[in-house]
Amino acid sequence: MNGALRLKRALVLSPPLLWTFLFMFVPYAILLVYSFWQQKYPTFVPAFQFGNYVQIFTDPQYFRVILRTLKIAFFVSLGAALVAYPYAYFLVFRVRKPGLRLMLYMAVVAPLWVSYLLRAYTWKTILGTTGILNSFLMSTGILSEPSSVFLYNQTAMIVTLIYVFIPFMVMPIYAVLEKIPHSLKEASADLGVGRVRTFLSVTLPLSIPGIVAGFTMTFCLTFGDFIAPFLVGGPDGQMIANVIASQFGASLNWPLGAALALVMLMIVLSIITVSDKFERLGQGRFA
Amino acid sequence: MSKIIEIENLTKTFGKVVGVDDISLSVEQGEFVTLLGPSGCGKSTLLRMIGGFEEPTSGRILLDGQDVTHVPPSKRAVNMVFQDYALFPHLSVGKNVGYGLRVAGMPRREVREKALEALALVGLEDRFDAAPHMLSGGQRQRVALARAIVRRPKVLLLDEPLSALDANLREQMQVELKALHTKMGLTFILVTHDQTEALTMSDRIVVMRGGKIVQMGSPVDLYERPATSYVAGFIGSTNQFRSVVATGPTGPQVQCFGQPISAPAGVAPGQEALFGFRPEKALVQFGEEGGGPDTLRGSVADILYHGQSVRLMIDLGAGEVLVDLPMSGSDGMPQVGDAVSLRVGADKIMVLADEVAA
Ligand SMILES: Nc1ncnc2c1ncn2[C@@H]1O[C@H](COP(=O)(O)OP(=O)(O)O)[C@@H](O)[C@H]1O
Ligand SMILES: [Mg+2]
Repeated sequence: MNGALRLKRALVLSPPLLWTFLFMFVPYAILLVYSFWQQKYPTFVPAFQFGNYVQIFTDPQYFRVILRTLKIAFFVSLGAALVAYPYAYFLVFRVRKPGLRLMLYMAVVAPLWVSYLLRAYTWKTILGTTGILNSFLMSTGILSEPSSVFLYNQTAMIVTLIYVFIPFMVMPIYAVLEKIPHSLKEASADLGVGRVRTFLSVTLPLSIPGIVAGFTMTFCLTFGDFIAPFLVGGPDGQMIANVIASQFGASLNWPLGAALALVMLMIVLSIITVSDKFERLGQGRFA
Repeated sequence: MSKIIEIENLTKTFGKVVGVDDISLSVEQGEFVTLLGPSGCGKSTLLRMIGGFEEPTSGRILLDGQDVTHVPPSKRAVNMVFQDYALFPHLSVGKNVGYGLRVAGMPRREVREKALEALALVGLEDRFDAAPHMLSGGQRQRVALARAIVRRPKVLLLDEPLSALDANLREQMQVELKALHTKMGLTFILVTHDQTEALTMSDRIVVMRGGKIVQMGSPVDLYERPATSYVAGFIGSTNQFRSVVATGPTGPQVQCFGQPISAPAGVAPGQEALFGFRPEKALVQFGEEGGGPDTLRGSVADILYHGQSVRLMIDLGAGEVLVDLPMSGSDGMPQVGDAVSLRVGADKIMVLADEVAA
């Protein structure tokens, strides 16, 4: 009986465990091994040395890309939060009809079912020289001829990525706002506090866990993105993932690519750890 | 005494639903008024309009002589204890209590003093730094209370404040609320659907039904002289019977389930009315004999043991009535089937007005 139960449990658990092992741990282990190898033009050879890591932290070229990626991820997260928060707030507290609320919520979330590539591509057509933005500005007479300043730069990348990842910001903020009991705002008003102060002292502090969760997701997703730079980014738009991709491609320097990928993984993991600690602090409040 | 609250023809509709229907009511300074009625009768809506959380559809609310009908809650000198307590989960107990004072710009030290003072009134000054989720239900209730009285409001509103507590704690809090009311001299308006709560704490009870006031008066008034069968049934229990007043050998009589007893004062022969008497007002005697005038004869049909008393269901032949028998110790327990006689004096019988359909 006990043995049969154990067998059953093993049968249920083994496929996911096997899956995780094969497709998560094995690849990372391979990456780790590669990261110690050495480049020997035109290819690379097994070795155990830290040269690749030294290169990442001493060659300003890589350092700069990592910094730029962090900066872009930060601005994308910030921008997404600034757009998503008022939107979620409006949905939760201002839209009275549940049907309409659901519709407006889905309007933001539904694009997740559309291919990422397609959504990023949309912005190419909006910002391009023959795009909607240029046509609009010309038809209103603000511009006399199409401008190319909108596309192929960091701003275009940030705008595109905000659009692509905004569902990940709206969802957690919406969830956390929806959980705030209405009576808390009434209690604040009852105690003589006006709407703005109530927002600053009650609603905003209570929604921080949602903002942190959304920020973390958007940040990490942007940090690993390599399609937006490719589609709408300019010469200064390379992000860390593009550099890694090229190490495994044209540059044929897998050891350096592997080391970069692991450094990136460490950065993302530490961000998630910090954010997780932060969210734990706020737990138990609604208990 | 001065009127602290005057409500004039207040109505609130939600679409087609009428929450409060043309209510007029005034409350004296320092009074403990309870709004009593079944769920959905409009108690909370009335209370929330006084607090400013619902905009009246029509009518006026005066607070201490000032028209506050359209004044937002943040600008009314009334405070509310919410049913779910509504404590700010991200603030400590002390910060919860001092919240309004702090935002109003009172210096930190003074806020702390006032908050401690309010917490002391509810016996929680030692939990100043605790987080709300660390407290028990009863303690949270007290914090909500402290927060609502810290600014000495002109009126304290309480929406079913004890409903989330278990029975023992509820009884204890009833005593404490009443004591706090006496000590502070504040005006309390409390909402409840629990008649015991209303009877124990209030100076005056307002019985509501379907958005209207059915009757108001002191607890004794309402218990001894309920105006309608609805009030008689909602506050305490009442044996009710309908009868035409007839002329008997000793004066006017009514038929209680086929047995004649003297009619109460205030009704004349020929008149038909609804009558009632409370279970504890009948004098119970066992045995075949017993009797005399104004006596109902029957037998014990059922027994409900309550500890300090037993409630008997007496089969009168044409109907059943409830009577309470105090258990003073030496008497044995009655048995089902025992013959019994109930003496119901004319002064124990209440005349109940016919119910307006509601
Ligand atoms: N916000 C609201 N929207 C629609 N109907 C409401 C609202 N608030 C109360 N009502 C209705 O008004 C009536 C009175 O409600 P309420 O005052 O909460 O009753 P009580 O507190 O006595 O249980 C009920 O029929 C209720 O359904
Ligand atoms: Mg209610």
